[in-house]
Amino acid sequence: MDFNFLVGGEAGQGVQSMGYILARSMAKGGYSVLASQDYESRVRGGHNFFAVRVGDYPVQAVSEEVNLLIALNEETIRLHRGELTKDGLILYDGERGKMASAEPALVNVPFERLALEQTGNRIMGNTVALGAALRLVKYDFEILSAVLRKTFGKKGREVAEKNVDAARAGYDFVNEGGPASFKYRLAPVGASRKMVINGGEAVALGALAAGCKFVSGYPMTPSTGILQYFAGQSEAFNVVFEQAEDEIAAINMVLGASYAGVRALTATSGGGFSLMVESLSLAGMTETPAVIVLGQRVGPATGLPTRTEQGELEFAIHAGHGMFPRVVFAPGTVEEAFYLTAKAFNLAEKYQVPVILLTDTYLTDTYATAEFDLSKVTVERGVFLSDEEVRALGKYGYMRHKLTPSGVSPRVIPGQADALVVTDSDEHTEDGHITESAEVRLQMVQKRLKKMNGLRTEIGGPLTYGPEEAETVLACWGSTYGALREAVDRLNNAGAVVRMIQMSEIWPFPRKAFMDAIKGSHRLVVVEGNAMGQMAHLIRAETGVEATGKILRYDGRPLTPAYIITRFQEEVGA
Amino acid sequence: MVTLKDYEGGETAWCPGCGNFQILLAMKRALVELALEPHQVLFVSGIGQSSKLPHYLKGNLFNGLHGRSLPVATGAKIANHALTVLVVGGDGDGYAEGGNHFVHAIRRNLDMTYIVHNNQIYGLTKGQASPTSERCFVTKTTPGGVILQPLNPIALAITLGATFVARGFSAWTPHLTQLIVEGIQHRGFALIDVLQPCVSFNHLNTYAWYKDRVYDLGDEEDYDPEDQLVAFQKAQEWGDRIPIGVIYRSERRIYEEQITALKAGPLVTQGHNPLDLEELLEDFIP
Repeated sequence: MDFNFLVGGEAGQGVQSMGYILARSMAKGGYSVLASQDYESRVRGGHNFFAVRVGDYPVQAVSEEVNLLIALNEETIRLHRGELTKDGLILYDGERGKMASAEPALVNVPFERLALEQTGNRIMGNTVALGAALRLVKYDFEILSAVLRKTFGKKGREVAEKNVDAARAGYDFVNEGGPASFKYRLAPVGASRKMVINGGEAVALGALAAGCKFVSGYPMTPSTGILQYFAGQSEAFNVVFEQAEDEIAAINMVLGASYAGVRALTATSGGGFSLMVESLSLAGMTETPAVIVLGQRVGPATGLPTRTEQGELEFAIHAGHGMFPRVVFAPGTVEEAFYLTAKAFNLAEKYQVPVILLTDTYLTDTYATAEFDLSKVTVERGVFLSDEEVRALGKYGYMRHKLTPSGVSPRVIPGQADALVVTDSDEHTEDGHITESAEVRLQMVQKRLKKMNGLRTEIGGPLTYGPEEAETVLACWGSTYGALREAVDRLNNAGAVVRMIQMSEIWPFPRKAFMDAIKGSHRLVVVEGNAMGQMAHLIRAETGVEATGKILRYDGRPLTPAYIITRFQEEVGA
Repeated sequence: MVTLKDYEGGETAWCPGCGNFQILLAMKRALVELALEPHQVLFVSGIGQSSKLPHYLKGNLFNGLHGRSLPVATGAKIANHALTVLVVGGDGDGYAEGGNHFVHAIRRNLDMTYIVHNNQIYGLTKGQASPTSERCFVTKTTPGGVILQPLNPIALAITLGATFVARGFSAWTPHLTQLIVEGIQHRGFALIDVLQPCVSFNHLNTYAWYKDRVYDLGDEEDYDPEDQLVAFQKAQEWGDRIPIGVIYRSERRIYEEQITALKAGPLVTQGHNPLDLEELLEDFIP
């Protein structure tokens, strides 16, 4: 079973909440769900849509087909009619629009009139549409009503019940007049306890699970949701969110908090990260742990602010003046977003380095069904000296940047008796004070860079998938994972022999693991969401291996299996 | 008992005769008077000759980037509000590069003390105009004289509702010591703008120039530093007479008191268990 709903309408019509409830309803019935959003940089008007793909197998990518189009306005029909499958239907409000009702694919349900009659509020037309849609696929109404009650419960019983009434009205209306030709049947496949969660929420939960106590940020799409979610948990989890006056303040607050001994994170997008770059270098120099979420969107400059791209890989790896160790992760799924966020905090503290989590609009905004195992989250804070250990060094004998074989110096919480924690953005001596000594400079550069050796042992290798004997390897990174995986399945089902690798732990680049993963291949095609092939470039720089081909997308839309397959066939001439 | 000896620090890199020496001395004396031990104090500084000050005494120190000391101090204070936080910088660091942070740090009103060495010139980069340079002042970057209106940090802070706004003069070291003591004791964000001659690059606002002009507001019996309008008026006084002392003082709830998470003690002392998230995950299950 592979079924695609698409809900479309103007900003402000409730497209997002409707798509979200639809996704939750299907997940509760045991389906795997992937719900992606497409919205414009505006609060009202324009065209927004929410595509909900439903399967009885793990759905991991966006489809370009639509089986049931739920049109909250006429424009949605015009824009998406071409995506409709032959047997697909368009659900619309004929009393509102002026569509030619003769078209067989159209199912006319007066969303707004039914909403007004049932609830006294026209605005609930979207919930009427939802009820009608679920009736068309013969879904269980009880599941929908339970989801509506849970989702709207926080807004009070009355709001929840009115939504249930509105959904019922749509459900019953179609019950009386749905077309017999529409054969899809999405009966619930069994109760499920899986979450419906997007990448942004997964990062915020990962941070909370890791014991992050302080987040500072300046709102910027696509990372705003991370800040808001964390802020919303302040009272329940005794954590602090501070909205900074700009991204420079945000990263510096994070460094201050981290220096003082708590785990801290900031989240932004490319523009905000650009402002943070000088302070990224400060984190490197002062060896202050920090986790920075860089939610990629379309650049340069303001670009397409609400759309997706993978254009900041090389920026993340190279940003900052001077040379210092760092870690770059690019999670591919919501599960990875959760676990890698937790791992980011561990590496940041164990090695006292900044860690950049490269997400993107697509991963951040797309909902998927997932399970997180909290018992798998470990908190490794690195070396801290106890009061006794500090005393053993003599009064104020502690040295923040002490030279050690690993390059990692033990930490002390500022305020601990008998120790002074001194650090400097200038080159500094072991005790953290400013110096101009050439000898100390050499020692300190080597000390900091030595931490890369330890970090290399912590970095996981690429994920591999597909038949081992395949001589063609398709390589991707980050959130392109799901689309490429489905493309590989479909290509192999169609007679090709291809395999794939996906990199999510990217820096320090796992050279050996990468070479092992592509062993035996003769063709390497890199698939990524940018215009110049940044991963292909990185692979060449790190391994000397030159990609034989590139499949790139940079129109602001996510890579899809169909897009990859078409380009691949052009690429290999198949 | 804490003595000046406890605060003895490294060798300085300042010019002989620099006002920074007097500020350094006042700072040490204030900390001794408050019986604070060096490990209880966190200094945060940026870049400039003034920002080197914490290297020349004892204490915890985060010497960060130009203009960014206030956000670092904010993060550190939120993480551990048991620390006494002193932020040290100059007029370029605080009023130019860090101007945005200065404005918002006042709004936040965390309990910290911000000491700005204001010499109306850039010293570290050897003689360019600063935001507080007077009009017509000839510097290396303003060969025809400064044409911009000087920034008035005192008036700006009062307008923003800062809860402790003071001006000191480096050569009046005992007076400055008392201002620093009061600033640290004040619950909230305390600004102490310190007039400080630059013997190398500012030949206009010299020791003699200041000595002829400054007077202690503390001697004015009828001056009420709690009246915002009066204080704002006083902040405009500059020229033949320059007031020093506490210019404005008010009470406003500090940031730390309004954050639920901090009621259980400093964040840095609070524990954590990943399994506490179990309930949160439930929200995502439809």
